[in-house]
Amino acid sequence: MVASRAVGSLSRFTASRMLRCPGYICRNFTRSSALLTRTHINYGVKGDVAVIRINSPNSKVNTLGQEVHSEFIEVMNEVWSSNQIRSAVLISSKPGCFIAGADLNMLTACTTPQEVTQISQEAQRMFEKVEKSTKPIVAAINGSCLGGGLELAISCQYRIATKDKKTVLGSPEVLLGILPGAGGTQRLPKMVGVPAAFDMMLTGRGIRADRAKKMGLVDQLVEPLGPGIKPPEERTIEYLEEVAITFAKGLADKKISPKRDKGLVEKLTSYAMSIPFVRQQIYKKVEERVRKQTKGLYPAPLKIIDVVKTGIEQGSDAGYLSESQKFGELAMTKESKALMGLYRGQTLCKKNKFGAPQKEVKQLAILGAGLMGAGIAQVSVDKGLQTILKDATLAALGRGQQQVFRGLNDKVKKKALTSFERDAFFSNLTGQLDYQGFEKADMVIEAVFEDLSLKHKVLKEVEAVIPDHCVFASNTSALPINEIAAVSKRPEKVIGMHYFSPVDKMQLLEIITTQKTSKDTTASAVEVGLKQGKVIIVVKDGPGFYTTRCLAPMMSEVIRILQEGVGPKKLDSLTTSFGFPVGAATLVDEVGVDVAKHVAENLGKVFGERFAGGSLEVLKQMIAKGFLGRKSGKGFYIYQEGVKNKNLNSDIDSILASLKMPSQPDVSSDEDIQYRLVTRFVNEAVLCLQEGVLASPTEGDIGAVFGLGFPPSLGGPFRFVDLYGAQKIVDRLRKYEAAYGKQFTPCQLLVDHASSPNKKFYQ
Amino acid sequence: MTSLLTYTLKYLPSTSQWTLRFSMRPLSCSSQLRAAAAVQAKSKRTLAKPNLRNIVVVDGVRTPFLLSGTSYKDLMPHDLARAALSGLLHRTSVPKDVVDYIIFGTVIQEVKTSNVAREAALGAGFSDRTPAHTVTMACISSNQAMTTAVNLIASGQCDVVVAGGVELMSDVPIRHSRKMRKMMLDLNKAKTLGQRLSLISKFRLNFLSPELPAVAEFSTNETMGHSADRLAAAFAISRLEQDEYALRSHSLAKKAQDEGLLSDVVPFKVPGKDTVTQDNGIRPSSLEQMAKLKPAFIKPYGTVTAANSSFLTDGASAVLILAEEKALAMGYKPKAYLRDFVYVSQDPKDQLLLGPTYATPKVLEKAGLTMNDIDAFEFHEAFSGQILANLKAMDSDWFAQNYMGRKAKVGSPPLEKFNIWGGSLSLGHPFGATGCRLVMATANRLQKEGGQYGLVAACAAGGQVCHRSFIGASRKSFSWKQNKFIQECLI
Repeated sequence: MVASRAVGSLSRFTASRMLRCPGYICRNFTRSSALLTRTHINYGVKGDVAVIRINSPNSKVNTLGQEVHSEFIEVMNEVWSSNQIRSAVLISSKPGCFIAGADLNMLTACTTPQEVTQISQEAQRMFEKVEKSTKPIVAAINGSCLGGGLELAISCQYRIATKDKKTVLGSPEVLLGILPGAGGTQRLPKMVGVPAAFDMMLTGRGIRADRAKKMGLVDQLVEPLGPGIKPPEERTIEYLEEVAITFAKGLADKKISPKRDKGLVEKLTSYAMSIPFVRQQIYKKVEERVRKQTKGLYPAPLKIIDVVKTGIEQGSDAGYLSESQKFGELAMTKESKALMGLYRGQTLCKKNKFGAPQKEVKQLAILGAGLMGAGIAQVSVDKGLQTILKDATLAALGRGQQQVFRGLNDKVKKKALTSFERDAFFSNLTGQLDYQGFEKADMVIEAVFEDLSLKHKVLKEVEAVIPDHCVFASNTSALPINEIAAVSKRPEKVIGMHYFSPVDKMQLLEIITTQKTSKDTTASAVEVGLKQGKVIIVVKDGPGFYTTRCLAPMMSEVIRILQEGVGPKKLDSLTTSFGFPVGAATLVDEVGVDVAKHVAENLGKVFGERFAGGSLEVLKQMIAKGFLGRKSGKGFYIYQEGVKNKNLNSDIDSILASLKMPSQPDVSSDEDIQYRLVTRFVNEAVLCLQEGVLASPTEGDIGAVFGLGFPPSLGGPFRFVDLYGAQKIVDRLRKYEAAYGKQFTPCQLLVDHASSPNKKFYQ
Repeated sequence: MTSLLTYTLKYLPSTSQWTLRFSMRPLSCSSQLRAAAAVQAKSKRTLAKPNLRNIVVVDGVRTPFLLSGTSYKDLMPHDLARAALSGLLHRTSVPKDVVDYIIFGTVIQEVKTSNVAREAALGAGFSDRTPAHTVTMACISSNQAMTTAVNLIASGQCDVVVAGGVELMSDVPIRHSRKMRKMMLDLNKAKTLGQRLSLISKFRLNFLSPELPAVAEFSTNETMGHSADRLAAAFAISRLEQDEYALRSHSLAKKAQDEGLLSDVVPFKVPGKDTVTQDNGIRPSSLEQMAKLKPAFIKPYGTVTAANSSFLTDGASAVLILAEEKALAMGYKPKAYLRDFVYVSQDPKDQLLLGPTYATPKVLEKAGLTMNDIDAFEFHEAFSGQILANLKAMDSDWFAQNYMGRKAKVGSPPLEKFNIWGGSLSLGHPFGATGCRLVMATANRLQKEGGQYGLVAACAAGGQVCHRSFIGASRKSFSWKQNKFIQECLI
């Protein structure tokens, strides 16, 4: 999903305001300060090697901020001026983190592009000094080395990284709508070649140590150590330091060359890149691909291409200048504000606000081995949760077990797991048809068919066998949890856990609490969700909770637009060009026509006219003909195994023709169609906040983007209102209200925001 | 896993008989008796257990251990095993038909002789009525053979068992790729020419790439040398320390060889070649020479080199194990009691080679002894770094508390009692045969030095076999094992 892609990484931005260094003049005064204790950076001298250790206090990660930079300059000046020191090692004392990037707050505090450009230029100058250092500097990398951290590392003369799963190198700036602003766009292409550099900077993907070694991004690998004379993490860092020191000495003595032997392929690539025509072709290809994928919604990738091009074609000076200027421009865009907001929100939603549960969940049981049930099992077993998967028939259970195995096996194919680990994880899964072992379950998640009486039946059956402390969670997308809990003997232990399909890909988990759900039950559910790697929003119970409730009016509008004669393909292209990762018609097929009808019917009953729009009859007739969407092979499109381009299902035309609605020309321009969909979504989301279903706008944005594919470039419905302007949205709603009535009536909170422009969801 | 067998000095009536016998051997009598007196002065107690049969080792032999690719290179594993069995027959004069059972350990199996114990026994002229089976447990396969023998005797199933081990690294099975095998098997089943042709048409050149026996741990894909290098680093053991330890091993082995202490070695006339009389891997070198070698596994900065690792070795060993009353009845003067053993297993990634550390305190506790009570330690030396890491771990309170769930360290064995006749680093390490060598070295040392208790420990890599058969009940433990014997000597 684009959504998850966009923010999927732990990055902080790189750049930092540095104190203008008075240079060597000051060295006489700071000479003895090796003994001084600085806050973030300290160094000691071992033989003739300075070991510079970064360790920001009170934080799990090191980030490049103003203080860090000024301390770094001080330390480097001392290293450079000392006669005793011939080389240096740069290392972090934190396990699992070298430098995670620059301090985001420093960037968001800026109000003009010039300020940001200045930050970038100061960082560029510093890193250039590091690059040109006559005393070799070895970056010893253990843990995340991202953004500014990577830019610093590639400025050093040599890089040694631990071959640990936590050691990830990357330039995730693009995911925050900006670019590497401390020389990264200029150094990375030289180091790993233009194509690989584009790949890193345009996708923001993290690169593991062994791959980094192959690419030439790091020069040596160090294996992480097991238990010995000290805790493994501690000793590994120490060992990394010891190894780095020997290399630093070797470099200073010229016994080791910092230049790497290039392989044949690499030599050929670099030769090809020296031909201007080839370069032009590559720029063109990459640009085309970026345009196609971003649909022009994200400015950062194109600017990155531009800056890299400037550096290669016009020289480094022009490149650095262009980098810092474009960096300043990008940091001020709405897109980067939206993406940074999502990044922050994601971090927030990865914490358990409810504290640690009284009893840790170790034994999980899942009822129903369908797509959802097996998906939940898949994300549980590889986190070490003992998982029972129960279904009613052997065939259904076997399908579910196969799904879990395939999911794990795909990871083996991608080399993310070894076959041995796969087998060990798979043995955490017990498939069964009865309730054996449920007496030991700490949590039961039911994922049976969406039918209230069936859910009641399993709840009663399960409660007869589970222990008192066991949590009963229902994976439902629309049935109110309190109705399910109505037959429970212990409603305080009943909670909703709404996963999104496919469970292993979708990051969101929506947890639904009723008035009776205890805090400990919620804490337990959040804990399990976090363990499963989910981003979590906790919402109040109600019809459709938050996500389904926002989606339903938009879906209703989708049907109406189709009835008004806009074809599914056209509708899909309108929605994707607005930034939705999946087109609206395709989305109906993916969700399932029967599910969509079920939800529309249920919520329609509760919310009445506000959820009206398209006719339910369209969905009913599709179901009658067996067009249930992807799962049945036909929906608005025809799905065939192995066929990439899906074709329209022409049988739909007759259904739509028979239920045709007159279109209203003044609200049917392409843009109007897009906004009819989005404003209904946004209006409902804001209403959820107004009614207290949502606890915060952040959760609303995270839920919409990660669960429903709301355009990440807009940052979620609430960020969208802030950035686009509440007044403009209310105006649009009023216009559509005039044409269609109450479905578009803006909610009170939105109107309040429109009437007082200072009111923002994010201050 | 650790197995620990104890050999006991007995102060029971039967002992007096043996003492008597000693006195009739004028040559060895005086020194041995004095030693015996000294031991008795220490008045260590016996480790005999009520209601359990006492089990003894009468004697044991081994072929000379040779570097792979030297004189044994044209043999098959059962040839070597047969040589060890013949040697044992000759040394002990045990009547062939008295032997109830034969067990051999081996690691890399020759497919043609997968039950190498049986093939060797038949060839060595044992009765064809004597059953034989083969066990495998990586580097402690022959320890497993011996403990299996002990169990057979203790449970009353057998009285006389031959246990041994063999490894021929000069030749290893290299297989066709799975795809090629599949095609060949399918071809076998194909009935018509058409079927055959269609199968052959699927042939691709990459089918021909051979499959080498895995040198890496199956579960982690890490080679053992690599693991040893990381282990040494985890315990901060320098290259110099490792080289020094390796040099010690070679020097001590050389001394023992020169002084004729390696009495378990029996000469072997290799068909078509000269008679081999002694181990050929003992090469004391200088620290300067050793320092020149490049790291073998973690390049370019690792510390494990060819000089401080055990080398690929061919060799076989065998011991004769009896119930005590049977041994006495047959007129034997056994060398040692096998008393107690423990197998343990740990995480195969980071603690692959740390078994001796885990097993030693366990087996000592089981036997009611302390480190100080042990007179002879024989630990398998896979790598210098591994031995030194184990010594450090045993001497670390921090490690004992954080990883072994113990209150305090067990203490490391004093080096003057430790592998003083050389070890696997210098004598060689034929995977399947090392366990018996360790036990015989312990027994012979105790006899020579007049000690009472000996302790044997070995670490081993592991496949799933051990994991399942020994620790099936515990989910998290992996296949890691090591053997240990406490031995009480007779003298």
